[in-house]
Amino acid sequence: MSSPSRQPLLEVRNLRVEFFGRRGRLLALDDVSFHIDPGEVLGVVGESGAGKSLTGASIIGLLEPPGRISGGEILLEGKRIDNLPYEELRRIRGRQIGAIFQDPLTSLNPLYRVGEQIVETIRTHLPMSEQQARKRGIELLQEVGIPSAAERFDHYPHQFSGGMRQRVVIALALCAEPKLIIADEPTTALDVSIQAQIITLLKRLCRDHGTAVMLVTHDMGVIAETADRVAVMYAGRIAEIGPVQDVVKRARHPYTHGLMGAIPEMGADIDKLTQIEGAMPRLNSIPPGCAFNPRCPSAFDRCREEKPYLLPVERSQVACWLYDETGARREAAHG
Amino acid sequence: MIAFILRRLAQAVLVMLTVAFIAFAMFNFVGDPINNMVGQDTSLQDREALRQSLGLNDPLVLRFGRFVANAAQGEFGVSFRLAEPVSRLILNALPATMELAIVAALLAVIFGVMLGVYTGLYPNRWLSRFFLTISLIGVSLPTFLIGILLILVFAVLLGLLPSFGRGEVVRIGWWSTGFLTWSGIKALILPSITLGLFQMTLIMRLVRSEMLEVMRTDYIKFARARGLTNRAINFGHALKNTLVPVITITGLQLGAIIAFAIITETVFQWPGMGLLFIQSVQFADIPVMAAYLILVAVIFVVINLIVDLLYFAVDPRLRIDGGRSGH
Ligand SMILES: Nc1ncnc2c1ncn2[C@@H]1O[C@H](COP(=O)(O)OP(=O)(O)OP(=O)(O)O)[C@@H](O)[C@H]1O
Ligand code: SF4
Ligand SMILES: [Mg+2]
Repeated sequence: MSSPSRQPLLEVRNLRVEFFGRRGRLLALDDVSFHIDPGEVLGVVGESGAGKSLTGASIIGLLEPPGRISGGEILLEGKRIDNLPYEELRRIRGRQIGAIFQDPLTSLNPLYRVGEQIVETIRTHLPMSEQQARKRGIELLQEVGIPSAAERFDHYPHQFSGGMRQRVVIALALCAEPKLIIADEPTTALDVSIQAQIITLLKRLCRDHGTAVMLVTHDMGVIAETADRVAVMYAGRIAEIGPVQDVVKRARHPYTHGLMGAIPEMGADIDKLTQIEGAMPRLNSIPPGCAFNPRCPSAFDRCREEKPYLLPVERSQVACWLYDETGARREAAHG
Repeated sequence: MIAFILRRLAQAVLVMLTVAFIAFAMFNFVGDPINNMVGQDTSLQDREALRQSLGLNDPLVLRFGRFVANAAQGEFGVSFRLAEPVSRLILNALPATMELAIVAALLAVIFGVMLGVYTGLYPNRWLSRFFLTISLIGVSLPTFLIGILLILVFAVLLGLLPSFGRGEVVRIGWWSTGFLTWSGIKALILPSITLGLFQMTLIMRLVRSEMLEVMRTDYIKFARARGLTNRAINFGHALKNTLVPVITITGLQLGAIIAFAIITETVFQWPGMGLLFIQSVQFADIPVMAAYLILVAVIFVVINLIVDLLYFAVDPRLRIDGGRSGH
């Protein structure tokens, strides 16, 4: 539901990702559609294996074989980027779309000074001399809150703590001023005590630079505090997407309810919903109809036969047969 | 780091003393050195006098000390077989072996690393599979067989290259080199391929598996996400990270090349230390054997020291761990 007044920064339309293995094809992402506006923070949540990382990897064109985009399109500022040749996409990575991964301890090459890695990245994308890049790199390290940055610039990654290394990684992701950052669980590997600092830093930097963020996380607290909108993924599909208050406080999709541990607005299945029983199906055993139906307390016949697709419900979009085309909740759902 | 080097030096000295003792033991306990020097008709008194004058009746420790002191000055006595000072024999043979070993090692490292990088980066290409199959053959065929096959094809059947000897050599001071004449260079080709092939396949397989491993790491993924060029990723980030194990193995292999040269030199009648050693074994020429043993040990020890120092140059994590900060 992008507003017609301005073009979304990123648009993902009906994205399909499949793994082509010896035992046939596995559908890992199925009809994933969403957009991110300039400067916006989109939170992405969902159980492990839901397809969050694959979505991020597809956007920056770093799906690893045998994974492949087999359908849909990805547009950056209205231009398709999913079918670009490798070299053109490379120039977009880091320059237009930055990425931050889970583990700061292993994201940096241990054999190169932190400064070398920053200068290298800057000079890959921007026409700068060694000195200019160095100056900018030191400023960046200051900006991400590394004390005595000029001196630390020439240190090796192993001389930094985990939290400091993730700050360096953030500096690296930001150093060519990308318009979008894909942050895939940027704090999961960190000490709990520094997670909040890193998220606050990321949020501040992106606000200051006007950078949009796709923030993948398992932490609902972080989502509530940081995201503008939230996408909930389940078994390779988007179950619900909408403004953060709506998704967190007034979740429409039964799966979102369970994730948020929220009390449902209506219905008799209160106890079952507070905790989702069972596990998300593996890719080779996704049930027909709604993938969530074996675990869903509200499931009815239609759920086992037809795949629900995203339909607008107020300001959100929800893929659940409990809602009809007008966005109203069906009362006679329990068939 | 200084402490580390000192420790390594101490170890090196220990190793050298052990080897020296073995060489010394060969001298003293394998056969009777006097027997080797004098004729059948020398009287027992004369033998005893000679024994006394040579200091062979001195206590063992004293004799060993003298042996080490002499060895340290390159003094190993006189060859039983050729009646020439061992040091001169070794010096004459040394250039041939060193030139052969260096060319073989260069071939092994250059082609080993290149093929390793290629097969590691593109594991599924047809050419990679071809190189791997060939390398399997290289690993499993014995050196002498490879040498004989090469001689058969290039010397006997095609008549392109000589099958034995060093060709024409040019003397520069005491060093004789085959690099400066066409026939010298031609003579080097087959032996150096024979000698280097095994190490080349070894290095290639090592670089390949390291490369495959490194390409899966997070920092390579992150380097891609930063939009670095393939060249920077493959040859900057990935290759450098494969270097530590490659340096170790290559260093050790260099020692092995010099040791294995015995076989290659025999096959190609290459007038180096290996050939000298084999001929000495046939004649139980203990002084030459002892000198060879010690020289090879010195080469091994020096190479190991250099390898250790290279670690520090390549991997900053081994250097003094300063400046690790808290959160
Ligand atoms: N090489 C592969 N071959 C087959 N299936 C794969 C492969 N890589 C990933 N998958 C599958 O794709 C699905 C989505 O994976 P993805 O990494 O996107 O999950 P995620 O939502 O990021 O989970 P997490 O929270 O654990 O990071 C998973 O079911 C996973 O098993
Ligand atoms: S479509 Fe049916 S099974 Fe799926 S979430 Fe909605 S009610 Fe539950
Ligand atoms: Mg993930």
